[in-house]
Amino acid sequence: MLNKYPAWKNILILLVVILGFLYSLPNLYPDDPALQVSHELTELSEGDLPTIMSALEAAEVNFFGEEVDSESILVRLNNLDDQLRAKTAIEEALGDSYIVALNLAPTTPSWLQAIGAGKMNLGLDLQGGVHFLMEVDMEAALTRRMEDNLSNVRTILREQRIRSRGLNLISISHLEVRFANDEDRSQARSELVEGFPDLQFQSREAEGVFILDMRMAPATALQIQTDTLQANRTTLLNRVDTLGVSEPTVQQQGSDRIVVELPGMQDPAQAIRILQRIATLEFHLEAEIGAPSLSYETYEYEGVSVNVDNDVVLQGDRISNAVYQLDQNSQPSVNLSLDAQGGNQMNRATRDNVNRRLDILLIETKSRTITTVNEEGEEVEDIEFYEDKKLIMHATIIQALGRQFSITGLTAREASDLAPLIRSGSLAAPMTIVEQSVIGPSMGQENLDQGLLGVQVAAGLVIIFMLFYYRTFGLAANAALIMNILLIVAVMSSIIPATLTLPGIVGIVLTVGMAVDANVLIFTRIREELSSGSPPQQAIDAGYNRAFTTIIDANLTTFLVAAVLYTIGTGPVRGFAITLMIGIITSMFTAIIGTRAIVNLIYGGKSGKKLSIGSYRKKAKPDELNLAAGK
Amino acid sequence: MLIPEKQIDFMGVRKIAGIGSIVLIIVSIVSLAFNSLEFGLDFTSGTSVRLSYSEAVIVQDVNQALRDNGYEDAVVVTFGSDRDIRVLLPVDESVAIGDQAAQAVIVGESIAELLQSSSGSEITLLGSDYVSAKVGGELVESGGIGMLVALAIIMVYIAMRFQFKFSVGAVVALAHDLIITLGIFSLFRIEFNLNTLAALLAIIGYSLNDTIVVSDRIRENFRRLRTGTPIEMVNISLNQTLSRTLITSLTTLLVLFSILFIGGESTQGFAVALIIGVVIGTYSSIYIASNVILYMNVTREDLMLPVKEGAELDDIP
Repeated sequence: MLNKYPAWKNILILLVVILGFLYSLPNLYPDDPALQVSHELTELSEGDLPTIMSALEAAEVNFFGEEVDSESILVRLNNLDDQLRAKTAIEEALGDSYIVALNLAPTTPSWLQAIGAGKMNLGLDLQGGVHFLMEVDMEAALTRRMEDNLSNVRTILREQRIRSRGLNLISISHLEVRFANDEDRSQARSELVEGFPDLQFQSREAEGVFILDMRMAPATALQIQTDTLQANRTTLLNRVDTLGVSEPTVQQQGSDRIVVELPGMQDPAQAIRILQRIATLEFHLEAEIGAPSLSYETYEYEGVSVNVDNDVVLQGDRISNAVYQLDQNSQPSVNLSLDAQGGNQMNRATRDNVNRRLDILLIETKSRTITTVNEEGEEVEDIEFYEDKKLIMHATIIQALGRQFSITGLTAREASDLAPLIRSGSLAAPMTIVEQSVIGPSMGQENLDQGLLGVQVAAGLVIIFMLFYYRTFGLAANAALIMNILLIVAVMSSIIPATLTLPGIVGIVLTVGMAVDANVLIFTRIREELSSGSPPQQAIDAGYNRAFTTIIDANLTTFLVAAVLYTIGTGPVRGFAITLMIGIITSMFTAIIGTRAIVNLIYGGKSGKKLSIGSYRKKAKPDELNLAAGK
Repeated sequence: MLIPEKQIDFMGVRKIAGIGSIVLIIVSIVSLAFNSLEFGLDFTSGTSVRLSYSEAVIVQDVNQALRDNGYEDAVVVTFGSDRDIRVLLPVDESVAIGDQAAQAVIVGESIAELLQSSSGSEITLLGSDYVSAKVGGELVESGGIGMLVALAIIMVYIAMRFQFKFSVGAVVALAHDLIITLGIFSLFRIEFNLNTLAALLAIIGYSLNDTIVVSDRIRENFRRLRTGTPIEMVNISLNQTLSRTLITSLTTLLVLFSILFIGGESTQGFAVALIIGVVIGTYSSIYIASNVILYMNVTREDLMLPVKEGAELDDIP
């Protein structure tokens, strides 16, 4: 018999190798240290680039490859040491309202970028950067939703002319409406039940008052938490994008936490400023004259006191887009789009209130450094978070509003500041930073260099051993091993954008060990076949076939474990699991199909040739005969 | 004798091996209970001291100065600018929880003083705080659940592909490897950090791989060879897979030793953990998994292909 792969199979393998090579190629081009400059609120102006360039020249920092787009300017530098100096220089020249972020810029040639090849993302431990763990205030999210419900109930009752004796928020998941008689209550119940599928209705009487209880089901509360976390994550992603960090991670952790990792970023204070400076909007109606003083709060607006009703007409998270534009009268305006439910809410609230004023509150969570005196009488600096509420619009409702409307009467500057702030800032619930850490770039580089050197030496030793022990077959195994590492790198760079971490390198190392294991299994089987007297061609075929089930069983079980670890684990565990999974798949391909193709090319055509697979014991008789002679 | 090669009677010493392993496991558990693990800064709380220099600071020099003065475990990172550094120190366990913040202030002052005397630059102490662990209880918890789920899935898979007795064998071998590796970490006070955790996960993969290869041979021999007691079957299988077991352990150890000596400080813990794990894993794939299968009275019938049974049934008129 002859061992031959059909031509298409050989071509397929060749194709995979070429693709693997191409897509791992970008990793050979080192990143340039760079600075990314953007404005906190608005787009950059034309004069910014010359200012930056002259600031860098004055500071005697060499730079090149300036890239300018409407949102940011990127300047490349020669080395990491220049980065901090250059940053200080630019910050001094531009002032506080600009964001100057330390960054790394890719140098991948354009033809590689054109085929979608990119660099592997390096984790914080290999590149340095900042890490934050943020906690979402779920109680606030639930309260906000319930307040939303409360004002909707009020509107519906008013529309249907049902008299109530008061609406109360009892807890974050419970509100009650009081009625004078049973008829009002049952009418209200039938009107409300359709509009609030999320709530459970219950009637009860107390002290002659007919009460309708509306409670949020635990499942709904859970759903709101999931949505809130998701919404906050999206907002954070938008915010992080403005930092210009090359490969940010914004990942959900547990039920109420979000991990933000900014590789290459070296300045946590800067990052906190951006991440925390997140705004939410609330739409309110102006309080009616003579309203009880507990039902409104007073804000300043253009030097005048305005009483804003406490009921929220609409939450900022219903805003799907906000664009700055000039209206038909060439007046600056911000055009707002709401989602479907937001449009309904807005319409319901405004159609009965034409000529009343609509107010928009901008709520920002800000941080400030406070100095406190500790027990020993020393001054200690600490970061404190606080909510800053500001009335940003106080305009008369001219007609009922729907899903699209615009805010006018702003100056050009106000309008252009407001639009991006609303766009990126409609945060579903407030967040606080519960932990932060910084890893320096030098430490990351050291980790990376040593890790890579370790892999290289390890692969070298294994290659020498395999060559020595299995001769020509060892050569095939070594080719497969190199191909395997190439494929892992290619997959991690382009197909699955996984982040390489130190545990990830470890995963690759383990794969190197496991990948040769598949070949060791196959080659030992071939040797066994040869020693029991099979001719070379049969021995090769039987060796591959018999080892196949073993390899599948062993790899599949390990893959299952890796998959479980990936699903359940976080951070480093995931990094390890993903490389292990990728490695298992690529190593099965290279160790089984790849080596077979090479072995077939060398031995497949010639039936009599002796195999060069190292020494094996020649047995007198095959297994089965011995068995028959056995006990 | 079934095969005319030199056969090693692995299962002849199975009682001794079993007792030896049980003793090792008990020692490990006792050590873990009383000695605990030497958790690294990833898992424990510490003190963060922030310092500002009047001129650019070289991290290596700071590291050296701290090391020379008894702060071997200090981690130094720059933050914000090239003049600001942060020194992370493991927390002093003897200090009561409530006093840790006060302790952090004292530690901060002594560090600032120490570095001031060893550097020409003017140093300002920006602050020193007590910081909580990088990896909270959540990871430990989710990691634990992860391991249990992984174990359950392995058991189901092996029960499907092989037989339930093999599931027990594989899982016992796995638990054996993990407990003894952790025990050695605890006994010799080797630091347990995130890298060691990754190594522990790698050991699961490695140990399982080894065990499955051996089990696979046992299954094949039970189906192929008509005669022989279960002990003989296991012995034949172990001998047949021995060269593979040794070669794979050897290549993996080659890899690990090069990482231990070259890979740098941050991966040393990983390499040590995995070297221990590979040695124990190799041992357990020979002595533990097969031993358990034998104790559970594995028979040829356990491994007969179900397809064949069905075919035979069809033949019955």
